[in-house]
Amino acid sequence: MSTVASTDRGTRPTPPSGSLVPQISRRRVAVDRIVTILVWVAFFLAVVPLAWILWTVLSKGFSLVLDSHWWTNSQAGISPRREGGGAYHAIVGTILMAVVTAVIAVPLAVFTAIYLVEYGRGRLARVVSFMVDILTGIPSIVAALFIYAVWVGVFRQQRVGFAVSLALVLLMIPVVTRSTEEMLKLVPNELREASYALGVPKWKTISRIVLPTALSGIITGILLGLARVMGETAPLIILAPYTAFINVDLFGGNMAALPTLIYTNFGNNIQPQLDRMWAAALTLILLVLVLNIAGRFVARFSAVRR
Amino acid sequence: MAQRIDVKDVSIYYGSFKAVEDVSMTIEARSVTAFIGPSGCGKSTFLRTLNRMHEVVPGGRVDGTIELNGQNLYAAGTDPVAVRRTVGMVFQRPNPFPTMSIFDNVAAGLRLNGERNKKRLTEVVEKSLRGANLWDEVKDRLAKPGAGLSGGQQQRLCIARAIAVEPQVLLMDEPCSALDPISTLAIEDLISEIKQNYTIVIVTHNMQQAARVSDRTAFFNLQATGRPGHLIEMDDTTKIFSNPTEKATEDYISGRFG
Repeated sequence: MSTVASTDRGTRPTPPSGSLVPQISRRRVAVDRIVTILVWVAFFLAVVPLAWILWTVLSKGFSLVLDSHWWTNSQAGISPRREGGGAYHAIVGTILMAVVTAVIAVPLAVFTAIYLVEYGRGRLARVVSFMVDILTGIPSIVAALFIYAVWVGVFRQQRVGFAVSLALVLLMIPVVTRSTEEMLKLVPNELREASYALGVPKWKTISRIVLPTALSGIITGILLGLARVMGETAPLIILAPYTAFINVDLFGGNMAALPTLIYTNFGNNIQPQLDRMWAAALTLILLVLVLNIAGRFVARFSAVRR
Repeated sequence: MAQRIDVKDVSIYYGSFKAVEDVSMTIEARSVTAFIGPSGCGKSTFLRTLNRMHEVVPGGRVDGTIELNGQNLYAAGTDPVAVRRTVGMVFQRPNPFPTMSIFDNVAAGLRLNGERNKKRLTEVVEKSLRGANLWDEVKDRLAKPGAGLSGGQQQRLCIARAIAVEPQVLLMDEPCSALDPISTLAIEDLISEIKQNYTIVIVTHNMQQAARVSDRTAFFNLQATGRPGHLIEMDDTTKIFSNPTEKATEDYISGRFG
């Protein structure tokens, strides 16, 4: 950059006589060009890995995913070294745990955000906000160990799918709280005042005016949180051992999930296992994609209308 | 329907800062009262105390009494939500609810207070939109979003929304400052029409507007920034604009202030 400045200094263009507006300086033209190039380079640096991941997962996983057995069968009775079987048991496990996580975490997170934005003043609000920050920084394996200590250590329970959901709740709450908070802050205060001025109580103003206005953003935040949580592996390894069988009981027995299906098939470098691993990875991405599309669809129905 | 307001010794605070000091006045029923004065003199703040909107600001506090037809709005047992149902408000910037259609915007006040009867809602919406001179422009697109209207139409929609809950008093906080002259004229005509049924208080920076629409005018001023605003004088609008009692009023109106 300094070279640009020094070459420029000697040759600052003088405006042609009669013109009040000086011509654009060479320095600005050069800086503009350099920054444009830098931005494009940064863009490609960011996009290349993304495209690479997608290509790898798609090319290695699509053949199994296109097979209908993949979506309807479990791995029961399939030797790891042989081809065959599906991911049904893992898909069901991932969805069940994610749904239970969302059912517990979303109300907690949304109400926390409502408290922080609409009601929180003074000390308690600061403490709550600080706690959310701390929760954001907790590694997933620590959350899993904490739930293990409580669930298995204190309550003497078996390792089951529900315990995984509890650990995932800890990871999902801060994500959804922060995103919901941001969305609620974006709702103009004028709308709240307009509602108060009609003689509408505060709780009704929040539930009928503020939340619907922010709804599409809140749903996006929830989906991002869910996407993060569905890919978490540490809580699964610690709290829900993998099984090749279908289990829909969150309170009993081992339970498969897509991340543990991937992990189980990792490491032996045998083709059937590698295929399963990539297919499971692709399935996880597809699941998140479907969730996103569904969320957008829901949000559109009650979004801000223009 | 309309009722008068008696204000006695009202001082208004933001936290420890006193924004308005010692205002006493009477606002007549079925008339238009205008508040004029320089920016920061507390006229909007004072307006917002008339329907207890000031206290939604953190730290907002009011001393003194404001009586609507003899009932103190700031008495211990008075519900601010009920006060706001009786004293409606129109804001500076049009603020229709963005998630709602034109119909739903006008019906919002009733619906959110529990009215479910479709027939009654339809009647009230039509009556309010007619009252706000907007019916002919929107009757064919009641299901369209309110945010799609022009600025002037949006402001009339907000007026329709405010009168749909049938308040006694209508407060207007610079309702035309974001509008073009034609829309302003439409709102001013509307004010003159509906003053038979409402007590109207309007804050305006436009002195011609105050002279055009109001029956009585109150002039607020402040000695310096950081000092509380005062009511300098209040009188018939014709008197304020032709022969005010106070010199400060005359200076402000003729442009010799500061």
